[in-house]
Amino acid sequence: MSEPQRAESAPRAPLLSIEDLTVALPVDGDRPEAVSGISFAIAPGETLCLVGESGSGKSVVGQAVLGMLPHALPVTAGCIRFAGAEMPPQRDRAFGTIRSAQIAMIFQDAGASLNPVRTIGGQLAEILAVHGMSKTDRGPRVLEVLRDVALREPERIARSYPHQLSGGQAQRAVIAAALLLKPDLLIADEPTTALDVTTQAEILALITRLKVEHELAVLFVTHDFGVVAEIADRVAVMQEGVLVEAGTAEDVLQAPQHPYTRKLIAAVNPTPRTLGQHGDTPILDATDVNLIYRSGFLGNRKALHAVKDVSLEIAAGRTVAVVGESGSGKSSLARCLLRLEEIDSGSIRFKGQEISTLTGAPLRQLRQSIQVVLQDPFSALNPRQTILSAIAEGPIIHGMAPADARQKAAELIELVGLSAQSGGRYPQEFSGGQRQRICIARALALEPEVLIADEAVSALDVSIQAQILDLFADLQHRFGFAILFITHDLAVARAIADDILVMKSGEIVEHGSADRVFAAPAHPYTQALLAAAPGLDQFQQGSAA
Amino acid sequence: MTGYILSRVLRATLTMLVTVTLVFLFIRLSGDPAAALVPPDAPQEVIDQYARLMGLDQPLWQQYLGYVGGLLQGNFGFSIHTGIAVEDTFLGRLPFTLHLGITALALAVFIGIPIGALAAIRRGTALDRFVMGFSVFAFAMPNFLFGLVMILVAALAFSTFLGGENANVIWPALTLGLAAMGSFARFTRSSVLETINAPYMRAAEARGVPFGRRLVRHAAPNAAIPLVTLIGLSLGALVAGSVVTEQVFAWPGVGQLLVRSVATRDLAQVQFLVLVVAFTMVMANLIVDMLYLVIDPRIRAK
Repeated sequence: MSEPQRAESAPRAPLLSIEDLTVALPVDGDRPEAVSGISFAIAPGETLCLVGESGSGKSVVGQAVLGMLPHALPVTAGCIRFAGAEMPPQRDRAFGTIRSAQIAMIFQDAGASLNPVRTIGGQLAEILAVHGMSKTDRGPRVLEVLRDVALREPERIARSYPHQLSGGQAQRAVIAAALLLKPDLLIADEPTTALDVTTQAEILALITRLKVEHELAVLFVTHDFGVVAEIADRVAVMQEGVLVEAGTAEDVLQAPQHPYTRKLIAAVNPTPRTLGQHGDTPILDATDVNLIYRSGFLGNRKALHAVKDVSLEIAAGRTVAVVGESGSGKSSLARCLLRLEEIDSGSIRFKGQEISTLTGAPLRQLRQSIQVVLQDPFSALNPRQTILSAIAEGPIIHGMAPADARQKAAELIELVGLSAQSGGRYPQEFSGGQRQRICIARALALEPEVLIADEAVSALDVSIQAQILDLFADLQHRFGFAILFITHDLAVARAIADDILVMKSGEIVEHGSADRVFAAPAHPYTQALLAAAPGLDQFQQGSAA
Repeated sequence: MTGYILSRVLRATLTMLVTVTLVFLFIRLSGDPAAALVPPDAPQEVIDQYARLMGLDQPLWQQYLGYVGGLLQGNFGFSIHTGIAVEDTFLGRLPFTLHLGITALALAVFIGIPIGALAAIRRGTALDRFVMGFSVFAFAMPNFLFGLVMILVAALAFSTFLGGENANVIWPALTLGLAAMGSFARFTRSSVLETINAPYMRAAEARGVPFGRRLVRHAAPNAAIPLVTLIGLSLGALVAGSVVTEQVFAWPGVGQLLVRSVATRDLAQVQFLVLVVAFTMVMANLIVDMLYLVIDPRIRAK
């Protein structure tokens, strides 16, 4: 059934063709080439998804097309052709008339790709100015294009500064900037990765609509096969600088040939976990917890009700996932349970004992029992402390003899899958996934009964995510602690949780077993989240077939 | 935004009030001013008479109220030696100090900032290393030493005296502004480096905005934000430096007046000059806070 599509796209001359492109890495890089002999083509009006994890070289390809590679990454072989003509050499002045006018690019963090001290309208008008549009035509064109990306109140947006926009509005504004000069090709480098799942769905729909209306070709760089399933016509998969698989979206999604492609696809729709052990009595439970952040002084006092009447319970050996978008209060809830925030009302009990009022020595004792693993393994470890000392520090503080603590730390390092000799090394010598293993070992060193994981796999590549989730499940099986897993990612929740709590604006809107919540979401918000999650539905059909 | 302005103005007012109080207390704690005025062998009656004349026989709180009340009415006191109102003596000296200070600040800003930006743009080149070497030298060189060496070299090699009130302002200004120039260069370099690597700079490049325009329209406004703070703070260093520099170059400004007044224990004059210096600092900080409103829209939103 993929035949007609091939027949349709084959006779058209490609808009962009990359032939045998090779980009060298600096001598001290972890491999000799960032990109090794890559070839692909994009026809007018076609979306090609370039898929790969961090370090695969996918973003390098995008930059090379716009002539923006730094001196450290020279093109050593191959060529890039656009509309039949060969592109000028990297960083050539001639790119000035190509960028924006013929090829436009949008980046992952839309907020950061807008200048914080200039208005949106000013920045958009500047693009028109540098490409020679007269002053009187700029304003109307800016408003027209802001309207085109479905921004309500375009006049107000044009007057706004970047910090006054939401993440979704900022990404729309950046897309508007890309469309200003009606380019033929749009390069989108992970444009939705930093967005909430519902916003991501809107932006993907917008890109798809614009592609049709403006006959745009799109080179969409992503790591997420869920996104691929939503928008791709064709797919090219990169691993460590090499193109390992390419084909139409249907072919690659339904019959992936390369094991790496299969691994990436599997990450989108993980196998639900087999149920954890059943504990009868909750080890940690909370009733009607409220947290209000107060700020400002005198006239402009502000209060933010971050956690509203939240009740939950976790039994030993069980995993509860708290799912919600940014600002839903899920991390604030975690901080309450960790006793890092003083709650305004409600109660939190550990093994039936009230802990929300503990202070001093009893509170320090409690900290042993409830440990945390944070999102960013790069900043969660002290760069000047060896990992052995980082892991042993907790037990020593809680009274273990230093020699015993170090012995225990060494065992934990092996337990989380690192070599026993690595204890004397520093965090920066490890990869992101390895660092998260170290953080887990550090949390387990105190033999906690509850482990709170706050977006603990969100900063990791999908294939690493799967390994870390397996590690969590394995260690839980071995030691029997309860896990409260905070995540924005439904696929992650699906992979690890027995029970799901869905949070929105500080409140729990849905609560149930993972199977029930995924199969029959009751609350409209949960339904919206599941519907917005890219690719999940296609894959469910695919795996059923 | 009004909350922001209000809180800054309130803070400036409080700082001034605290300074006024501290100046009053410190001067009275540093010994009996009346005794210091008269010859060491003067009889007690003479000392008492002077004390009465200066109001020093009243209780401390009465003196304080009288002093603050006088300040509010623009009554700053009279020099014990000349009998001239302290503000008149000060105003006579002020043009010299302003001339020197503004020239020094201008030198620091118009040389320090461009060479720092240049070093950032040409990072890693010989030019970068030269500018950074110069900035360390400029910052580390004590201004009294630099001034004296300059006067010495000019006198020996060119038979000219660089000091005195008729000398060219450029030499004392260079001495005074050198340290600020070095720190501006260094700070500009790091601030520009930070902004030229920001994602919005790459995004602007991808949109086809040419290099020069990216620097002027995108990097400069962002890099300027921390620099404004630094320039505001270095006004204090300039005021402190002017005391030494004016002395070295025999420049008849406020700094020289301060040194002389301290040496002769001219209480009212010292008190007034210290307050003026404090007032300058508070106003500089207030102006910096207000400038933020203009250059950083994120603060305007608050």
